[in-house]
Amino acid sequence: MTTVPADRIAAAYHAQLSRRRAYSTVLWAVFVALLVAGFDMANSRNAGGFVAGLPKVLDYPAALIGEAWDKIGNLPGHMLRALPALVETLNIAAASTLLGTMGGAVMALLATSGLAPFPRLVPVFRRILDIARAYPEMVIALVLIFVLGGGPVPAVIAIAFHTVGALGKLFSEVAENASMKPVEGLESVGASWLQRMWFGIVPQVAPNWASYAMLRFEINIRASAILGFVGAGGIGYELRNAISWGQGRYDAAAAIFLLLFGTIVFFDQLTSMARNRLVRGQEQGQAGGRI
Amino acid sequence: MATIDTNIAAGRLISRKRFWSFGVPAMVVVYLAYVAVAFDLGGLAGRARLDNGALLMQDFWSYKIHVTRDNRRDEITSSIEGMRNATFSPEQRPDFVSDTATGTRVELPQGNSVEFGADGLVTLTTPDGSYQVRATRTGVESDIPNPPKNFNISDSRVTAYLPEGARLTVTRARTEVFRRQAGWELFFFDLSSEFYGKSWGELGALAVGPRIQPDQSNIGNMAHDFWTNGIWHHGDVAWAIFETILMAFLGTFAAGLISVPLAFLAASNFTPLAVVRQAVRRIFDLLRGVDALIWTVIMSRAFGPGPLTGSLAILLTDTGTFGKLFSEALENVDEKPIEGLRSTGAGSIARIRWAVIPQVAPVILSQLLYYFESNTRGATVIGAITGGGIGLLLMQAMQTQQDWEHVAYYILLIVLMVMVMDWVSGRLRARLIKG
Repeated sequence: MTTVPADRIAAAYHAQLSRRRAYSTVLWAVFVALLVAGFDMANSRNAGGFVAGLPKVLDYPAALIGEAWDKIGNLPGHMLRALPALVETLNIAAASTLLGTMGGAVMALLATSGLAPFPRLVPVFRRILDIARAYPEMVIALVLIFVLGGGPVPAVIAIAFHTVGALGKLFSEVAENASMKPVEGLESVGASWLQRMWFGIVPQVAPNWASYAMLRFEINIRASAILGFVGAGGIGYELRNAISWGQGRYDAAAAIFLLLFGTIVFFDQLTSMARNRLVRGQEQGQAGGRI
Repeated sequence: MATIDTNIAAGRLISRKRFWSFGVPAMVVVYLAYVAVAFDLGGLAGRARLDNGALLMQDFWSYKIHVTRDNRRDEITSSIEGMRNATFSPEQRPDFVSDTATGTRVELPQGNSVEFGADGLVTLTTPDGSYQVRATRTGVESDIPNPPKNFNISDSRVTAYLPEGARLTVTRARTEVFRRQAGWELFFFDLSSEFYGKSWGELGALAVGPRIQPDQSNIGNMAHDFWTNGIWHHGDVAWAIFETILMAFLGTFAAGLISVPLAFLAASNFTPLAVVRQAVRRIFDLLRGVDALIWTVIMSRAFGPGPLTGSLAILLTDTGTFGKLFSEALENVDEKPIEGLRSTGAGSIARIRWAVIPQVAPVILSQLLYYFESNTRGATVIGAITGGGIGLLLMQAMQTQQDWEHVAYYILLIVLMVMVMDWVSGRLRARLIKG
């Protein structure tokens, strides 16, 4: 055993420290330079510049709020008129979340090694999930609108497809951590694959799956509003119409903005409350209490 | 007594299980049935344009060559999809068009052919027989007593739909033959390029062979012709993809920079003042609740269409999301390192730098990377609304309702782009968590 003098250790430590500091300084410098250069580039390619536009940022909201305030009596009427569209948007989100959850659950079980009935096909199903996740909803919706005509059905299919990909991956990660003991027990009494999954895996993963599905529901409300904006009906479509009417009809636009904002906040709170309850219930170990 | 309690508890448990395993699925089925009625799923079949769907699928993987005769000037031209900038010069004429003793012949699949004769005469030969149509100064004359089902005959127009997407149309002004070819036309080089129509082998030989243009190497020349392809605009498409990723990058990381200091103000263990905390938290809620869609609309009013508008819309929404996530991470930090530093007399900045940041940095970075990937997808959609990046190109190609091969190309690129971002961000996150 050789002894190393303390001052050599200290010198080596300081050298390493200063090298690491130099690295992180360089990294930060590169990062900041990229951000600045990127903003500069985006700015030069934008129709209106940042400096010219900045004072105008609040003009539109201010005009909206001002006019809505003057005609505050109209707001409830406008909101009531937009309500069917809002219901349609929520229905699109809910239906696509339900369909996507079911599809995602099946795909997740098929794509989880150890649970899959066809272990060789696990990578194939994983790739399918990757591809489904990579499609922006809008792409599928626009193609389907051309074939099926405008309306909520293309939006449901588009969002459900993306949801299958997004939830399938998360569900599979949860299922990977499930205990195999119930499955083995069921297998020993001759249960089929469907029975093993339904009675052995689903009860274990249900709280987490439900929690992810609720998070998706909230995301899908936003997506469904955006799809309405490009022609799939619902509140997004109403919003685009209301915006195009312009000044003098700002009260209608403001009413829809408020309705959309309120809906998103409401479901954001509702799902986060429900998810908290689900996760907490799981931590308290109410094993027999669920499903 | 105890048995009765157990019985009641067991009964409750069973009825709850019954609710979950029968009640909930039944409710789901009822709800989906309601939605099917509300969305008029039954009427969908009537509204669906399956011919549009067939057209779209065909265009995804194939293209049409139009062989057109201007009946007045008696000129025959061949072009791709009738595009002016994709008209073949006489020496580039497709090999299924040939001159005969009596005119010009166009070979079509499955034994069909069309011959352009003199004085506006058109002869269509199918395996079942031969039909003659003549374009005159006043209309179209034809003598086909019992026209087959795939013929559409009137005084001013004769159309024959032939197998494999081929078609003959005769009107007073012009005679047109469509023939479908598999693949994406002129994908690498357009007709103005010297490299058009060369096989891979010929191109490979050219790449190492003598220069065509003395001032540029052949590979450089090929790259230039590919990049400036007049039909597919590869250069512009690459730039659009870069712009989409730029929007996501700027929005995500600028939002990260802004929200980290704000998150300290919203975390109860760093900001004792409840007023400040609540105010900052409500700002986060507002930014998050006003959806990216609304922010996009508001920002495009001020800054006009373009990538900056998209970046700012992402920035605003994500500042809210990150603020919430990061402040939760900050509230969960381990207090012990902070106490340790405090005992050495370190100030609050030093405590944050050396005891807090190392704890939350992996969480922050991995969230940023995760959102960078998901925002690339979002930036495509925002681009379609606000006018920037690949989303805009996709939207424009869709609106023409005929450039479906471009639509397919853009979709393919978008999916590849998102998958690459997903993979890169996943790899980086895995390294962060490990290291």
